[in-house]
Amino acid sequence: MMPFNYLRATAPDEAVHAVSARGAKFLGGGTNLVDLMKYNVEHPTTLIDVTHLDFTQITITGSTTLIGAGVRNSDLANHETIRTSYPLLSQALLSGASPQLRNMATTGGNLLQRTRCYYFMDTTFPACNKRTPGSGCAAIKGFNRIHAILGASDECIATNPSDMSVALAALNATIHVTGPKGKRTIAIADFHRLPGTTPQLDTNLKPDELITAVELPASKFAKHSYYLKVRDRQSYAFALVSVAAGLEMSSNTIQSAGLALGGVALKPWRSLEAEKFLVGTVASGDAFRKAADLAVAGAKPYEHNAFKVELARQSIVRALTLAAQGVQA
Amino acid sequence: MSSQSCTDIEEQLEDTPPEGPTSLTDIELSRRSFVKGAGILSAAVATGVPRLAAAQEAQAAAVTTPKMMELTLKVNGTSHTLSLDTRTSLLDALREHLLLTGSKKGCDHGQCGACTVLLNGRRVNSCLTLAVTANGAEITTIEGLAQGDTLHPVQAAFLEHDGFQCGYCTPGQICSAVALLKEHKHNTLSTVSFETGNTTNPELTDNEIRERMSGNICRCGAYPNIVAAVRAAAKGASA
Repeated sequence: MMPFNYLRATAPDEAVHAVSARGAKFLGGGTNLVDLMKYNVEHPTTLIDVTHLDFTQITITGSTTLIGAGVRNSDLANHETIRTSYPLLSQALLSGASPQLRNMATTGGNLLQRTRCYYFMDTTFPACNKRTPGSGCAAIKGFNRIHAILGASDECIATNPSDMSVALAALNATIHVTGPKGKRTIAIADFHRLPGTTPQLDTNLKPDELITAVELPASKFAKHSYYLKVRDRQSYAFALVSVAAGLEMSSNTIQSAGLALGGVALKPWRSLEAEKFLVGTVASGDAFRKAADLAVAGAKPYEHNAFKVELARQSIVRALTLAAQGVQA
Repeated sequence: MSSQSCTDIEEQLEDTPPEGPTSLTDIELSRRSFVKGAGILSAAVATGVPRLAAAQEAQAAAVTTPKMMELTLKVNGTSHTLSLDTRTSLLDALREHLLLTGSKKGCDHGQCGACTVLLNGRRVNSCLTLAVTANGAEITTIEGLAQGDTLHPVQAAFLEHDGFQCGYCTPGQICSAVALLKEHKHNTLSTVSFETGNTTNPELTDNEIRERMSGNICRCGAYPNIVAAVRAAAKGASA
């Protein structure tokens, strides 16, 4: 690990000003950044600790909920409003990492998690366009079992590891940020990027912008949602495929739907086509299978991850079925 | 010709701890800085390298010079003021600087839980916690759980149920279980709570214990006895 200066920010303006220094980075819970620093993938010159900023509240205003960027994953998952009005988010958060890591990880930091692609995380592999632009992609012709089947490019086939972000995509959240030019909001769908020709960029957040909060619109899926995570072991592992499914039901008819996949692309893969199809249909295995086909349309597997296409399809059907059955809260 | 760069290097060498090494890590860092600094000195003086090259080398040395910070950790009720390289993890601060070697280094990457400690009462991986971020915090390690010669109920339950084989993961398992019981008292949920539909006040079933202890890997595979120990401690705590 390279030496770095440490600064504990006490105000957002101070943090944003400090991060303009060359090589400076914000530090949240550190569960991903510190790990990558140990692997020498990240080597910031200054860490600006933003966990002491006043961004640790969850505020409910009318029908919207504003989650401070510094709220820890475990606190968010167990917050009364999140548990009862947005159980999809609670369930997704609790599917991620371990209790220890969730006690550390922040809402803002979770949004900025970097890929767990082996070739990205291990600097002994020289080729990684995400780590060293222009160096190539070792995964495309390498061992690519955990890699993307949707939205990848010839330059990068990495996936986004976050569970929280998948739920936020299905819930249509909005990210609040602040920077030298003031505040702005970014829809969750526009927050993460697909690799294209610039796989080194994970998000559309500018380097000197700080996430301050995540806004959830009125809850529609409180009674009918499910986060299904399929992985190599029961717990404490990243998703091979995950599904965030939310349904608004009137008797057995779907009024509105939220559907997003994790583990399949470099961003949470929300399927507007599947959501649109589901609206107005009667909840049934046939309807869910059709929605699943729409969601994985255009999937392009690589040598070792073809299983993910069918796994995603089956997982979607299962998650929608469990969502339709309803939560027994 | 190299007087300027030599002064720079001397200043950098002075950045190493003035009192001399106080621990293994300090010794290693001092030796590393010294060798690097001495190398630049001899290169500049003996071979008369051009000023630019010497300056560049000095700059490179500056990049690798440790940044030291003073911080206070309250560990198991006792405050300690330390001057640490900002890169020091909380785990290394505990083990190498405070010589509290109960917390173990397993993977050092947040994947095994052997380093689990309580930070302001919450379980965290001390290997991914930078010590500077814990400045001012209260930390409880395995060494701080017993009251004198009286074991913490979770420690006693691990002994009673033989919740270990080699014992390397045990301090982390026990710290984790202590936090688990507290979290459960506060009615927290797990993914199992959602899978079983018990999302209001989930009972601490064996499946709940397994999921809530999943952040602690036991390579020996003592899991059945670990679950039994946590189950027993939970019963004791609720009795």
